[in-house]
Amino acid sequence: MSRARENANISPAAGRNMVINSAMNVAQRATSVTGLGATTGYFTCDRWRLGGGDSSGRLTMTQTADGPNGISANCIKLDCTTADTSIAAGEYLQVQQRFEGFNLQRLGSGVAGAKQTTVSFYVKANAAFTFGCELENVDNSRQITKLFAVTTDWNRIELTFPADVDDGSSPYDDDNANGLKLSFWLHAGATYTGGTLNSSSWANTTNANRAAGIDSFYSSTDNNFFITGVQMEVGPVATELEQELISTTLQKCYRYFQKTIGGSDTYKHFGHYFCAVDSGGGDTAYGTVGIPLETTMRAIPTLVTTGTVGNYSVYAKNANHQCTTLSIDTGHDDGTIRGHFYLNAYAGGGGVGTGTAGAVRANNNANAFIAVDAEL
Amino acid sequence: MDNMTITNAKYNTSRTTNKNCSINCVADGEHVSVPLDPANRHYAEILRQVDAGTLTIEDAD
Repeated sequence: MSRARENANISPAAGRNMVINSAMNVAQRATSVTGLGATTGYFTCDRWRLGGGDSSGRLTMTQTADGPNGISANCIKLDCTTADTSIAAGEYLQVQQRFEGFNLQRLGSGVAGAKQTTVSFYVKANAAFTFGCELENVDNSRQITKLFAVTTDWNRIELTFPADVDDGSSPYDDDNANGLKLSFWLHAGATYTGGTLNSSSWANTTNANRAAGIDSFYSSTDNNFFITGVQMEVGPVATELEQELISTTLQKCYRYFQKTIGGSDTYKHFGHYFCAVDSGGGDTAYGTVGIPLETTMRAIPTLVTTGTVGNYSVYAKNANHQCTTLSIDTGHDDGTIRGHFYLNAYAGGGGVGTGTAGAVRANNNANAFIAVDAEL
Repeated sequence: MDNMTITNAKYNTSRTTNKNCSINCVADGEHVSVPLDPANRHYAEILRQVDAGTLTIEDAD
């Protein structure tokens, strides 16, 4: 029986990879961000979260066209730009993907019927390192970590994690919340390394046992780390990386983040025309704009803008009226975002008037964008 | 782990419903408008920081 067929007895051959944007092909936010390490967040490749804190180490995170041939053209590259060799207890650095409970039910957890999970991925670095790969059950505060070796050549790492059965905890919540974290530990202080690595079976989370034995990515500014082709599947073996069309990957990513940027269209229109409902005493215009969504999002999203409200304007009566405030409006919604979201736009400029049709657009600015974020 | 730095938090009121409909703030340096949805990670963090007494949300204009 082939390896793919062996796992196919448990999980479907298509759609078996639970990781989204596994080949690092989608990067809606940016392709390169410098000075990272002080805060956590989503910076480059969609769905891939950089977790970090308390360290003085800094890095550049890039979507790089240096993937392993035949697997993916792209990978995530981390480049250490500031070293940190004095490691305080609470420091850590992770590359992580989070999974909502709706997508975890095939794994089971805590009771009979739970299944083994295999994680596979391609990695390389500037030198030999040992790092950690952790599965963390957020719903039940349980985890397990396995170490893996990185060399200067692309290598596929295959790690099989045991089923988490009969511990008395519960299955993953069947909801849209964060149920599981897949984390690659690249740097950590004694808070996370001071114990004995919990690597053979799932256990209630003890921080000191989560990353014991890993090397530090921040040991030198010579260091870089590359990763792509990440697959998490049900079963005891790592099957070949599941390839998918870019349109499929994009559609999956849109559930968590969507971005429209003006680019060369410096007066890019965002969303539909609206009707100004309040002239605000004659010196402001106000309207609620419906902006189409590519797909239903995980939750009502956060609206992200450039932070300079003057980059946006309300276009009405053949004139540009610079925006004064933009905000997301959940007052119209039933709690789920389907079809479109609502944006409240305020703009200065008398004469727009109640009942006037208007549109929100870039204010002669190539960098203006509207993004919505429903990440975990 | 996972702390988010949130500043300049202020409610927005919908003119059509006259109710608070979102919170504008700066989250980890990013200018955002956060819906009042507990499943939203930014709003969940705002609620946590308000409960902890480390964040105050300014009323809408």
